[in-house]
Order: sequence, then structure tokens, then C-alpha cells
Amino acid sequence: MSFPAILVLEDGSVIEGVGFGAKEKAVGEIVFNTSMSGYQEIITDPSYAKQIIAFTHPHIGNTGINDEDNESDGIFASGIVIKDLPSHFSNWRATQSLENFLESKKTIGISNIDTRALTAKLRDHGSIKACISPNNADSLLKANEALDQFDGLEGLDLAKEVSTKESFSWEEGTWPNYAQTKNEKLIVAVDFGVKKNILRLLRKHVGKVKVVNAQISFEELMQLKPDGVFLSNGPGDPEPCNYAIELIQQLLSINMPIFGICLGHQLLALSGGCKTYKMKFGHHGANHPVQDLASKVVYITSQNHGFAVDLSSLPKNIEPTHVSLFDQSLQGIAFKDKPAFSFQGHPEASPGPHELEELFTKFNSMIENNAKKN
Amino acid sequence: MPKRTDIKSVLIIGAGPIIIGQACEFDYSGAQACKALKAEGFRVILVNSNPATIMTDPLLADATYIEPIHWKSIEKIIDKERPNALLPTMGGQTGLNTALTLAKEGVLKKYNVELIGASREAIDKAEDRELFDKTMKGIGIETPRSGIAHSMEEALSVQESLGFPCIIRPSFTLGGSGGGVAYNIQEFKEICEKGLDLSPTTELLIDESLLGWKEYELEVVRDKNDNCIIICSIENLDPMGVHTGDSITVAPAQTLTDKEYQILRDQSFKILREIGVETGGSNVQFGINPENGRVVVIEMNPRVSRSSALASKATGFPIAKVAALLSVGFTLDELQNDITNGLTPASFEPSIDYIVTKIPKFAFEKFPQANDRLTTQMKSVGEVMGIGRTFQESLQKALQSLEEDLNGFESILDDTSNQNETLRYQLTFPGSRRILYVGDAIRLGWNADQLNQLTGIDFWFLQQIIDLVDEENILQDMKLQEIDFHKMLNLKQKGFADHRIAKLTKSTAQDVRDLRKELGVMPSFKRVDTCAAEFATETAYMYSTYEGECESRPTNNKKVIVLGSGPNRIGQGIEFDYCCVHASFALQEEGYESIMINCNPETVSTDYDTSNRLYFEPITEEKVLDIIDLERPQGVIIQFGGQTPLKLSETLLSNNVTILGTDVDAIDRSEDRERFQSLAHQLNLKQPPNSTVKNLGEALQMSEEIGFPIVVRPSYVLGGRAMELVHTQVELEKYLKEAVEVSDQKPILLDGYLTDAIEVDVDVISDGSDIEIGGILQHIEQAGIHSGDSACSLPPYSLSKKVIQEIESQAKKIAKELNVVGLMNIQFAVQDEDVFIIEVNPRASRTVPFISKCIGESLVKSATKTMVGKTLKDIGFSNELPMNYFFVKEAVLPFDKFPAVDPILGPEMKSTGEVMGIGSSFGEAYAKAQRAANKVFPESGLAFISVKESDKKYLPNLLPMLVEHGFSLIATKGTAHSIKALGYDAQIINKVTEGRPHIVDELLNNRVNLLINTTEGRQSIEDSASIRRTALQNKLFCVTTIFGAFALLEAMSTNSDNWIYNSLQEIN
Repeated sequence: MSFPAILVLEDGSVIEGVGFGAKEKAVGEIVFNTSMSGYQEIITDPSYAKQIIAFTHPHIGNTGINDEDNESDGIFASGIVIKDLPSHFSNWRATQSLENFLESKKTIGISNIDTRALTAKLRDHGSIKACISPNNADSLLKANEALDQFDGLEGLDLAKEVSTKESFSWEEGTWPNYAQTKNEKLIVAVDFGVKKNILRLLRKHVGKVKVVNAQISFEELMQLKPDGVFLSNGPGDPEPCNYAIELIQQLLSINMPIFGICLGHQLLALSGGCKTYKMKFGHHGANHPVQDLASKVVYITSQNHGFAVDLSSLPKNIEPTHVSLFDQSLQGIAFKDKPAFSFQGHPEASPGPHELEELFTKFNSMIENNAKKN
Repeated sequence: MPKRTDIKSVLIIGAGPIIIGQACEFDYSGAQACKALKAEGFRVILVNSNPATIMTDPLLADATYIEPIHWKSIEKIIDKERPNALLPTMGGQTGLNTALTLAKEGVLKKYNVELIGASREAIDKAEDRELFDKTMKGIGIETPRSGIAHSMEEALSVQESLGFPCIIRPSFTLGGSGGGVAYNIQEFKEICEKGLDLSPTTELLIDESLLGWKEYELEVVRDKNDNCIIICSIENLDPMGVHTGDSITVAPAQTLTDKEYQILRDQSFKILREIGVETGGSNVQFGINPENGRVVVIEMNPRVSRSSALASKATGFPIAKVAALLSVGFTLDELQNDITNGLTPASFEPSIDYIVTKIPKFAFEKFPQANDRLTTQMKSVGEVMGIGRTFQESLQKALQSLEEDLNGFESILDDTSNQNETLRYQLTFPGSRRILYVGDAIRLGWNADQLNQLTGIDFWFLQQIIDLVDEENILQDMKLQEIDFHKMLNLKQKGFADHRIAKLTKSTAQDVRDLRKELGVMPSFKRVDTCAAEFATETAYMYSTYEGECESRPTNNKKVIVLGSGPNRIGQGIEFDYCCVHASFALQEEGYESIMINCNPETVSTDYDTSNRLYFEPITEEKVLDIIDLERPQGVIIQFGGQTPLKLSETLLSNNVTILGTDVDAIDRSEDRERFQSLAHQLNLKQPPNSTVKNLGEALQMSEEIGFPIVVRPSYVLGGRAMELVHTQVELEKYLKEAVEVSDQKPILLDGYLTDAIEVDVDVISDGSDIEIGGILQHIEQAGIHSGDSACSLPPYSLSKKVIQEIESQAKKIAKELNVVGLMNIQFAVQDEDVFIIEVNPRASRTVPFISKCIGESLVKSATKTMVGKTLKDIGFSNELPMNYFFVKEAVLPFDKFPAVDPILGPEMKSTGEVMGIGSSFGEAYAKAQRAANKVFPESGLAFISVKESDKKYLPNLLPMLVEHGFSLIATKGTAHSIKALGYDAQIINKVTEGRPHIVDELLNNRVNLLINTTEGRQSIEDSASIRRTALQNKLFCVTTIFGAFALLEAMSTNSDNWIYNSLQEIN
């Protein structure tokens, strides 16, 4: 059921809309996402913890929610802002409506918002704090309080909050046929907020997958006898994650093959001595051109990050491999002297283009080459 | 690596005349390609037979040839120009097919011309159905279960394995021409027979039926570094079974999850790579089973297409320009995205934050005998696009754009007939207005399940329409005053037009507008920026919606709005878009900001860089006034968009909008019968005897005074709608009883028909004091054939000097009396040496682009400049025709798409396009025009002659010419007697009504090479229709007017080896 709701922004603007999903106030940093498909994957992506997502595509909810496309078991975004929630959904795989799903996951959404004007504001002023609230007598007051109490994402280590408590093995390959590799090697995926499709692709292309908590110690990890370590995506600022940086430095020192995505990429870079910074409004969409600096090939990529690695901070032993053609920011690195590389965007797509799936096979061959060398 | 330096000159082949399946989208793509390549320093050589295009403007290419798109003509041009490369992907199927023929005939090899954009192998793999099927299987992509047949026997055995219904598509035909869905063996045989004949390779693809499957199209661009991008996904609202060109389509796709969409995206890239499209744009079409998501690929086109034009307009991304640059070596990352001011490269995928809906426009009212159900063969003649922030808004805006008096989901269901049965039929077998029947069914309480079952339309779209109808039902019980701010805003956000709200609340559109203003519900304008506002842009391209921020930010510059011509239709097509584009250019040259309003996605006028500002909107009173309120222009130009803007003239005047150019009253003086008559009297001009009658009695009485034959038509009609020539009182009575309604409100016009008169079209330009003749066009077919369907010649080829002077003087008199500022078109008829005035239109006419190409001067540009105060002297206007040239315009007719229709010319316009032939004699120009119109005439053989009584006096002239050309004659009894009486020999053959073997048998046996068949009177026309239909189906040259026969004989006297090929740049 819909209800009156408001979207309150840090700059003082209050926008009335129609609430749906859970009638619970949400606060977070508001970002816009320009992907025209894949809202189910986006809202279940743990990287969106403490963020409110404004979708630029006007209709969100058309295909409902199905059982196959979740990127985690919950909704991590604080809330969503859209132009229009269709009254009905239609798709042969759908099992419930977006509205029901939000409600069951205790998440609020707000519709009938001029998301284009909102996008222009975020583009011009950068990401800001926002609050969605059911509209009642004291909601504005409460929303402003909530905004005051929220300090934003900078300096916030969210990875350890969303990381799995227990280690687990991952078996499933990718939709629709769930193919798995016959490789026996073991990849340990350090979970900073991992998307399921990454695990599916590791299982499809590389080997067996064990997912572990972000704060795992080097010794514990080595006891698993991994052939390679994967550093996952995740929410928040990479800088405060000292435990992860220490772990990665130890792994680098023993020449463990490493592949990082998104937050994992930033953590690998920090471990190698690079610097990161908070971007103005980040990259959130499925249409971003990224160029492979060696081959000059341009890949259309899925992107979701608010922090980035500073290109000028790369030490001599780390080379840039990819840059964004939207703003020339750094998109990928490789160690010259170590079997380690990482990518800022999302080669696992979901949602988005599949072109960079080849990075998973690249990880696989890197591990195999490394094994041969030793 | 940047552009290739080994290529210096590029030949571009255009798409030729506008036909069903190939419209002005190829002018848009070709014009972009010419501009882009020229800007990069290539010498651009263009061949296109269509003079009404922007691409054939002499400034766009270095050498512009308005010549037949036929390999023999193009070989001559290649021989002369020696281009290094040929770009075949901008001219639609015509461009590709012609390029293939040039390759097969060895021309490209002989002159060392490289095919760029698409290789011969790639074209073959994509276009040859069997090869395509095999190629797809090779890369593991599913295609519909199907078989190939090269004969009826093979077809029948394929059918057995697939069952019914099944879909038949001939290879290498335009717009799926000749294809269809067969539900039974009889239908199957009929379609196959026709298809085998139409396919240049005598090949059919017969598919399992995917009726009711979801249909999608992806627009793909690839460069030589293998960078691939999707520009846009398009979802068909009408599921499989209706040709995409005839379907309502929506972008971006609305009912796919990301996982499903990415499958289509991956497959598209795989297909492009395998087919071998290395540099350029393509589209790939998919079908998806709505039950389980099974995906099959339907087809791909290795070229820019109607859909890529739509995708370009839907996203703002200039596909044709980019494709042209890729073909000469650039890569996507080297090209800038113009829309974001080069902030981003062209190598990205547009993200859009609005919905576009395209609705096709049909012309079945012109072809009452045609089968008006939509199938896999395209039948629409034009299209409109609506942009809105929601699907509902975009759909309703598109409906309003059609100019079919639709302000939204109007009810079209007759209340008297058996409603449920009608609905069931209309929903199951879609016609041109199925979407409105969906609305009517909802009104009668049909639910989404029922509708989905009958139509196959996805539930998501159905629910959106249900919501609109529910909204209407609520509104119907409300008074206008009860609508508050929120309600009004909500209605406008759903795309309800003021007129629709007015109708439902029983008020007027003005009331609604006033209330809206009072409530403060005004449109805001958003920009089409390719990037969903992620980057700040200054793009000129805007649409209206109702929410929040208005991004229009009008300037304080001097500005003028040009109203466009809306969707293409028969009688109003690309010529008017040409005019609007030129008006926009002229305004910019004069220092004005030009603002275009139009809703046709195929056109150059809706390109992002044609005008300073583009409002992609329905050309309706409401939307136009909204824009005027916002922009406050110095004036509005309504002369160039055909009837579309003229319809708004009164509204504009009553809202105190300045209309530039000729006073609006001049339109009324020329359209109102009585006022026109008094104008003629006053100027002492001759009119054919005429009268306006309001009932049958009056009609019969007046017919005696006027004398037969008489041209009859309803007053205030366009393109000669329902116009007919009657010869007797019986025929007149029949017409008034069966064809039209006659009443006090709907009077009928009777005009004395001038037998054997020559018709003349004159375009006049005036600045208000000086008056100049743009050109005098002599029609080849005699008066009585609609001017849009007649061939004509500039200069006149048989008029005396005296008559020409008389015409000029009369034209100037009229222009002076009407105070014309800008353009005016007049039609005269010349009988013996007498000049009669037939019709005056104080606006740009269909012939303006043609004349402009002939005189090497844009009539529209000059006219526009006069409207903003320049004199003809200031401009230096010159109407001088190049010496020693004849220019012939020939009409191109769509009869091959409507096999049940009698392909005879008459007073009602039926042509979709035109071509131009340029020659050193009339005969040569006429011959080239015939070749350009793809009409192959015989050099000799057996000629069938059947002429009406009044034409028999021409036989003494005609027969010796025929015989001299080596024709022997065959005729029906009456004509044969006349022939024999003149001393010539003729075989006698039965009329169809006289027993067998008859003439149709002879045609089917391929014995006859030429038909000269003139006829008059309803009955004789009906009796002889099968002759013309058979001739058309068997591609026999059939002349239906006696003057046409003489022109043809002159054409035959020329030798095609000696035809001249000069570019416009050389001619003028």
C-alpha cells in the first residue's frame, strides 16, 4: 500500500512523494543510478549499504522480483527514490512485486519524484545526505534529526558490518544454466559485501569458492590453503579498513594470486601504497566506457563506486590497466612484480554488460601461471 | 588509429523515392553521412533519384547526382567520378541491393572501388535467409524453426513439418514485401506464389509461427577495434505477427529483467561479429516466448534502418553520422558525443530517463480494396513518436501526433453493431487502430487476461492502458471545476490532452487551458541528452512533460518557430520536411534563432542539429501554444508544413500569435469556393464551370448546366480524397449515394472536366511587392489525374510561348491580389490555347523541392527570408533554368503492396514518393525518371492497346510510332476495329468479360510486353481492373493515360548508353 512520504535532503529541500514498501524512515547518502534495467540486482547489492538510490529510469518495478536475480539475501540500500512505480508487474520469472519485496525487507521507497531534477542536483553539488520518511506530523523534524546524526560515508568502515559472520562454500554457477568449472583449485573470497554474481562467476571460471569474513587473519586464511584470493566489492570508505590492508600486504608478500573488484580494488591499491579519495558523485550505472590501456579496446561496464584510487599516487611497481572514458579516472591496476590485479567497475555485471567477464578467466590463468612458476 | 588516408572520395547511394518500407529516415541518415564525411575532408559523391531530399541539396555533397539508383547508371557515375570507396549502408535496402549488384556485375572490381561499412560477404550473410540461418546455428544462436523453399513444391513440404499458422517471407524484398501469415493451405499457396515472384532470388523463408511472442530490437554499433555498443533497445507493444514497421514500439525495453536483456545484448554482438559488420550500425530483431523466455533471433540488417533513425531520435545519439565515420577508419573512442558537448566519447551506451512510443500511420482510406489487416508485410506510410516521462504520457502524446482527430483513447466502437464480435475480431486480427479497440474493450469491462489472450500484448502495457481508461471513467463523472491542482497535474502527467479532458468533462479545451493556468499546471521541458542528466548539456532537443524543473531556459534572441509537417502520409510527405528544414536554415542565416516543432522521428527536421532548438512534440493547438507561451517568438511560420500547421492558423491568430508571410485570410480566399470564384471573376480569370451542391436534386440539376464529364468531390478535402470523375447522371447519382455523404453541412463540389486539357503546376514566390515565378511544370498525364500522381516536366515540353506568358501573368496577378509573402502554388489547365485556373494554394507545395533542384536555388530559403523582411532583390533571387536540360518528375506508387487494388491513376492521390530524371531532351529525362521509378519499359514486342472513346482520335499519331519502334499490336474488338480502319494490323483478343482465352490469359502467359490501357467510367474501370492488376503483378509496363503513352514513346527513342550524367554542381 502506498502512503504519503517525503524526501528530505541535506540542503534543506523537502520533496513530497508517494511512499511504498516499509513505512520506516531511512537515512543515507543519496546517489543516482543510470542503469535502465536491473533494479533487483541493484537494491540487493551490499555495496549500497547506507545509501539511498535514485533511479534515473522512470519506471521501476516493471518486472517484479524473481527468485534468481538477488545479489544478496537482503536489501542493503537504505531506501530507493523513483519516478514511477507501475501498478502491476509482468514477467514470466516474477514471483512478487517490488513493493512487497521492499516491505518484506523493511525498506522504504518513494515515488512520484522528479528524479531527473534530483540527478542534476547531485551531478552539480555532489552526493549529499538524504532521508525518506512517511509523511506525518513530526516527520520533517525527525528526518532532520536523522540527517544530523548521520555523518556520511567518509571514514566509515561498512565492510565489516555487512561481511558474513560464518565462512561458507559457494556452489552455484551463473543463470540460466548454472555451469561450474571442473577446476579443483580453491579461491578464498574475502567478503567485504560480496555480490552473489561474483561468486557465481568465480565458481564458473576459476574453481571452488570459500567465502570468509572480512576480518579473517592471515594465518586463518592460509590454513584454508587457497590457490588464489579474491577481494570483494563492498560499501563505504576503504581507508579505515586497516585489517584488510594488513591482510592483503601479507598475501602480497608471499606472492598469493589476488583479484580485487571495486572496494577490493581500492583495498589492493591501498595495500600497494596508493591513495584513495571520495568522488563528487561517483559512478553508478551500466553504460560507462572503460578503456583497456594496452589493447585500446573500450568496454561498456557496470559501475558502482563513490571512492576511487588516485591515478597520480601509483607507485612504480603498480601499473594502471584501465581508465574511465567519462572522467579519465583510474579503473584498473596490476602489480608488475606480483600476481595481483584489480578492477574498479563490476566485471560480474548483474546488472550490466558482460564484456569484462574475461577478467575472471584472466584470474584463473594468472593462478595457473603462478602455480607453474612455483 | 584515426581516419583512413588511403580513401579520398566516397560514393554514397541513397534510398531513392519514398515507398512503403523506405521513407525519409534514409534522408536523415544519408544527410548525416554526407555532412560527416565532407567535414572530414572526403570528396563525397552522392547518387539519389529523390529530389525531395535534403541529402541531395548541392551543399551536402561535392558531387550530387539525381540519377536512377540502378547499377548501370551508377556504373556511369563511377566511371566518371572514380571514387575510392562505396558506402552502401545509408540507403536502406535499395542501397545495399544496388551495391551488391554492382559487386556482382564486376563494376566495383573494374573501377577498384572498395565497399566500406559492410562487405559483400556480410551483406550476403545477413540478407540471404538460408545463409543467415546457417550462420546463426553455427554460433549457437537459435532461430525460429524454419525451412527454405525455392519452389511451391519445396514450400509445401516445409509447411508440412511446421504446421499452421506459419510465416512466409521472401528474400531480399523491401519492408518484408510479399510476406504474410498463413492459417490454411489456400492462404499458404497464395502467399508463396506471390513471394516467390517478388523475391529477386526466388526464395522463401518459411518460419514456425511466433505469433504472440514478445518482439525486441537492438540497435548496435561496432568499430574496427571490435568496440561494440548498444544504442537503444526497442520493445514492440504489438507482439510478433505484425511487421515492426507497423507495430507500436516503445524504447527502452520495459518488460525485461537485466539478465534477460543482457542475453539479447550478448547475442547481438555475437551476431555482428559473425556476420562481419566491422564498421557501422546494424539492428538485430529478437522474439521471446512470453511463457518461458525462449529467445530466437528473427533477423538483422547490416545497415542503418528505420529503427536506427528511431533509436537516434529516441536517445539523441546520431547513429548514421557515427556509422559513416566508423566506415572510414575512426573508432568509437576517437569520436565525441555531440550531445554532451564532447564531454564524453561516442563509445558509451545512452541511458534515457523518459519513454518514447512510436505509432505507425496508415493510408488504408486511400485503398479501400486493400486488405487492411496488419501482417508481416509492412503497410504503414509514416510514423510519429511521442516522448514522455512515463509510458502513458508518451503513448498519449503519440496518439495526439497522428493527426487523426485523436486526443487520446477515443472510442471508435460503433454502438449499434455487435460490439463483442467486432472487438474480438479487431483484437485478434489487428488493423491500424487496434490500440483504440483495446481501450474500447476495457470500457466494456474486458479484463487484462482476455485482452492478453486475444492480442498477445504484454500485461504491463495492458495495465497501463487500463489505468488510463479507468482514469477517463472517473473523469467522465466529474465537472471541470472539480479538478484541483493535484488531479490536474496527475492527468497531465498521464498525458491527457486538454481536448480529451474537455471532451470527458463536457467543457472546451480553452476552459481546460484556462483552468490549468489558474491552477499553475504548466508543462516543463526536459532535454534529450543521451545520459539521463549525468552530464550537464546544452542540447537543443527537448520534450514537454509535467514535473518539476523546466530546463528549456529560452533565450532573448530574435526567434521564429517553424511548424513541421507531422507524420508522412500520402499527399504530405518528405517534400514538406524539406521545406521546413530549409526554412530553419534560412532563419539561421538571417540571424534568427530557429525553433522547430515536429513529431516525425524519420525526418531531418527532427535531427538534433538542424535547428537552434527542437521541440519534439505533437503539432497540436495545446502543445504549440505551450511552446509559444514559453518562447515568445517574433513569429511562427505555417507555410511549409503542408496542411498540418495550416489547421492551427485560426487558433494562432485568436491567441495573437504573429504568423509570418502571407495573410491567413488568403488561404480562406483560395479554399472557400465562393470567395475563390469572386476572386477569379475580379481578376478576369477563367475557371471550369463549377458549382457547390447540397443534395442530390441540386447535383443533378447543376450537372446539366455544367455538362459531363464532371469532377466531383467533397468540399475541404486533402490529396483529392474521394474525388471522382463521373460521365453520366447515373454515375453521379451512384457517387452521391455510395461514396460520400452530402448535406447542408457537407456540400459537394462539381467541376466541369476539361477534356484533354494539359495541367500545369506553378510555384510563385513573392516578397509582397516583387513577384517571381519559381517554375512552371507541365504535367504529362492530362488534367483529371491528381497532380501528385502525374509525371511532369520542367521546362514545359509542349506549351506555346503565348500560353506560358499567359500563365505567368495570371499567376502574378493572383499573387498580387492575395498579397503573397513567401510561396504560392497554382494549378492551371490548358485546353487548346485557353488557360483555366483550377486551384490556388498560398503555401509551399509538393513541387517546391523539385523546382529548387532544377533552378539551383532554394525557393524555401528565399521565401523564408522574404517573410522576415528581405526583398527578392536583397536576396538576389534568380529562377533561371540551366540551358539545354529537361527535368522530369515521376510519381512512385505503392500498388505492389496492395495487390487487390486497381493500379489506375485518378483524381485521388495515391503515390508515396517521387523521382527526378535529368536529360538533354524531354525523352531522355522521362526515360531516366522511369528507370529511377524502377519501371522497366520494353524496347519492342507486343503492345496491347485498349483506349477509351475520347482517346481514339490520338491513334493516328500513336500507331505509326509504335510500329516504328517494332511493336506489333493486339487489341480488344472495338479498338482493333479502329486500328484496322487506320490501316494497321492488330490481333484481336477477348475482353475478360467476353470468354477465354482473354487478355489476362495473354498477360499471364507473358505474351504481352506493353499495355496502353486508358479507360473511363466506373463500370469500364471496374471491368478492366484485372488487366492492370495482372500487368502490375507480372511487372509489365502499363500506361493508363494517352499522353503517358506519347511520353513513353519519346523515352524509347533515346539510347540509354548515351544518357548524360551530370552532377547538380555541374548543371547549375
